[in-house]
Amino acid sequence: MGLIDNRIPVHMEKTPGGGVMMTRLASLLGKVPGVNAAVNEAKASSMWYMLFGLACCAIELMATGASKYDFDRLGMIFRATPRQTDLMIVAGTLTLKMAPRVKLLYDQMPEPKYVIAMGGCTIHGGPFYHDSYSVLKGVDKIIPVDIHVAGCPPRPEALMNGCLALQDLIRTEKLGHDRDRPGLRQITERQVPGMPPINHLPPGGALIRPNEIPILG
Amino acid sequence: MALKLEQIRDRLRARFPEHIIVEDLNNMAALVIPQEIYHDVVWFLKSDEELDFDYLEFETCADHPPDLLAFVCYLRSLGHGHRIALKINLDRNQPSLPSLADLYANADWNEREIFDLFGVIFHNHPDLRRLMMPEDWTGHPLRKDYLHPNVVKRPD
Repeated sequence: MGLIDNRIPVHMEKTPGGGVMMTRLASLLGKVPGVNAAVNEAKASSMWYMLFGLACCAIELMATGASKYDFDRLGMIFRATPRQTDLMIVAGTLTLKMAPRVKLLYDQMPEPKYVIAMGGCTIHGGPFYHDSYSVLKGVDKIIPVDIHVAGCPPRPEALMNGCLALQDLIRTEKLGHDRDRPGLRQITERQVPGMPPINHLPPGGALIRPNEIPILG
Repeated sequence: MALKLEQIRDRLRARFPEHIIVEDLNNMAALVIPQEIYHDVVWFLKSDEELDFDYLEFETCADHPPDLLAFVCYLRSLGHGHRIALKINLDRNQPSLPSLADLYANADWNEREIFDLFGVIFHNHPDLRRLMMPEDWTGHPLRKDYLHPNVVKRPD
């Protein structure tokens, strides 16, 4: 589970008596030497991800979670409810029909929360970019994405690399400060000789309501 | 005993006076039957003891603009081992057929899918809603002339 963050008091305001206390605690703690790094290390070492797969990338996600690659050594275990998760790995093709549901699941996750877009479909539609009427071309049109992992599907090593990149991202955070989201995006990809790196990703991260999913080409 | 296609056709012709012809349909011979007797034909195919088509394999459509929408269904007899394809040529502008859901339970979702993607209206269907696309979707995506703003044409 996640640790305290500047955003949590916003959610705790509904709890009588708790909100003000937590706000002071977080901003004070961040000034104590070493606390920031310790909290970040705790966050990065226990990224619980949602048990949630959309298409064939989910097979690679399962393989990464199984014993050979073993997500557990990063402190990552799956939870079957969004209320207990820190990380959403969007693994697979996101259709327009599924998109509002994914947005709902993301909204149900408590802060701090992170998103890994796994595979070409979640980055820009992948093989369904052309001639497809039902696929959302890029999951970052509905939720902010922290890490993109390219591949179709990515191998478990690539997904593992994405999770390590996310850990590095978490270690740069500061208690009591808004996370710079979704500007902080990193791309991990297998370098193919002669191919340019992916630098034409759609601008991402605008938070919109489920009924306002843009239908864009 | 498994019947040949000609034997099935002859039994149907003996029962129904309407025009029933055999057409080659992608390496499989199909019986083209008129729209009006479609439900009666399937009922006969299912209830006749020697035919005994007790299993509806699949229902689908093929779109041939501008006028033709071809409905195809595959029936199989698990006891006898024979198989048949029925083809009904529909009016593409107002396609409609009687539902087979009263004869075969699996026709329910097959026909919902065809209604969703091709726009064929099935009469007497118990629950004719969209199956795959969102409930508020407009249009029928597998029609050849279907256009949607989400579609990016593949460059030639």
